[in-house]
Amino acid sequence: MAAILEVDHLSKRYGSGTSALNDVSLDINEGEIVALLGPNGAGKTTLISIICGLVVPTSGTVRVGGHDIRTDWRAARKMIGLVPQEIALEPFEKVIDCVRYTRGLYGLPPDEAYVEQLLRSLALWDKREARTRELSGGMKRRVLIAKALSHRPKVLFLDEPTAGVDVTLRREMWTVVRELRAQGVTIILTTHYLEEAEDMADRIGVINHGQLLLMRPKSELMGEFGKKRLVLDLYEPMATLPAELAERGLVLAPDGMSMIYDYDSHADRTGITRLMAELADKGVAVRDFATSQSSLEDIFMSLVEEDA
Amino acid sequence: MNWPAIKAIYWHEMSRFFRTIWQSLASPVLSTVLYFVVFGAAIGGRIQSVEGVPYGAFIVPGLMMLTVLQQSVANASFGIFFPKFSGTIYEILVSPSGWFEVTLGFVGAAATKAIMIALVILLTSFWFNGVHIAHPFWMLAFLVLTAVSFALLGFIIGLWAKNFEQLQIVPLMVITPLVFLGGAFYSASMLPPFWEGVAKLNPVLYLISGFRWSFFGLADVPVGVSLVAVSVMLVACLAIIRLIFLTGWRLRE
Repeated sequence: MAAILEVDHLSKRYGSGTSALNDVSLDINEGEIVALLGPNGAGKTTLISIICGLVVPTSGTVRVGGHDIRTDWRAARKMIGLVPQEIALEPFEKVIDCVRYTRGLYGLPPDEAYVEQLLRSLALWDKREARTRELSGGMKRRVLIAKALSHRPKVLFLDEPTAGVDVTLRREMWTVVRELRAQGVTIILTTHYLEEAEDMADRIGVINHGQLLLMRPKSELMGEFGKKRLVLDLYEPMATLPAELAERGLVLAPDGMSMIYDYDSHADRTGITRLMAELADKGVAVRDFATSQSSLEDIFMSLVEEDA
Repeated sequence: MNWPAIKAIYWHEMSRFFRTIWQSLASPVLSTVLYFVVFGAAIGGRIQSVEGVPYGAFIVPGLMMLTVLQQSVANASFGIFFPKFSGTIYEILVSPSGWFEVTLGFVGAAATKAIMIALVILLTSFWFNGVHIAHPFWMLAFLVLTAVSFALLGFIIGLWAKNFEQLQIVPLMVITPLVFLGGAFYSASMLPPFWEGVAKLNPVLYLISGFRWSFFGLADVPVGVSLVAVSVMLVACLAIIRLIFLTGWRLRE
């Protein structure tokens, strides 16, 4: 698949000497959803801001659809839509006028049919004559998305799209994002909600201290870094764990009714067979068992802690 | 050239003016009427004429210039400062619009508003004084050039300002004194020779002088010099704005 966004050795150092971004390189393919994760101040917004033209990089290059953002900036920017982190709307402006205005900024003639379709798809058509200050937080965020899509961008940046948004609205927003992807829009989102990245992204990038720690397909990442946990429920409570079982890495739950075993599912030997044999030897009766994969949050925390 | 962007910014700014049309017009017209009453009728009654022109009529070009300068600066500075303040400037900066297109949209709208208000004042002055315009073409040319030049200056102030105090301070501390000392209510030739020399260091004197010439054929300085002065200011302001956008100062920090 062709890369629609190519970031090459991008760095940003501010006058104060702070390095916000350090030699970041990545390619993003057409039509995929990429989630950028990282703690506050990691450099996610700086990266997006440079690509969109809000911040001037110290070094490195960015190409959008083959157009360099500095030498061929008009063509590059026409391909990009940005939904910023902060809700920034003119309070006295009507919803429909906001969208028309942004479309004009992108050099496009009025297209009332498209604006209507856009507002309807974002459930804003009924509010088209409302002033933006009269809207709820969720609606304001949808207006920002409508503005960002007013010129039919190929690449859409969503900077913390669901920050401070309630659960219902967050789900609504995810639906919008999926619909956009179905229309062929490439989406790059930054988020604090790991559940969001886990649910939607094709690939996940982790940024910390201005460096891209990794960029992997979600499934690969979760498979590679994912630890599995085996929980064995017992028929009879156990007061103490036999030493032989403890040596194998088994842990007794505080209530004595279950035993827990963490293992790496990709290791050559998981140790489960020997563990089961050991349990049979000791006459431990297992009532039920369950396995679970560690979440993206666990993976993210371990990566960031390693980098700290 | 991104014409739709210029049009979008221009009408976006103009719609704000039309939303508050009565407030936009009432305040400058009311202050000008007060000037006409106080300077034209009360004091002007005791000053028969200045270089053959009745005092009430003599102050009309100065009052129009006063309004044009204040309105151009205020409208353009607020026009670009407000998106910076509200955060909506991001969409201009990420759009495929260049510095000249953005400037043309904001400055064009600010100058249009100032010219509209100046023309309303001119109409008001006909009611107070029978003003005759000797060179209507040059009157309009000076009006447009001055409105655009000072809107460019206001645009720079709006780009520079970090808060509302800074936005107000330059018009209050610099523009208004320069207009009052630039011969809005008197001819520089009425001043003692030393102060006449000092007054000629004030760039606004050249604008008011040129503008007054278009009305009465009278000028403190040659008309050509006035035209050069306003053109130099226009080009200098454009150069500064270009530099601000290209370096990203106070915009892309």
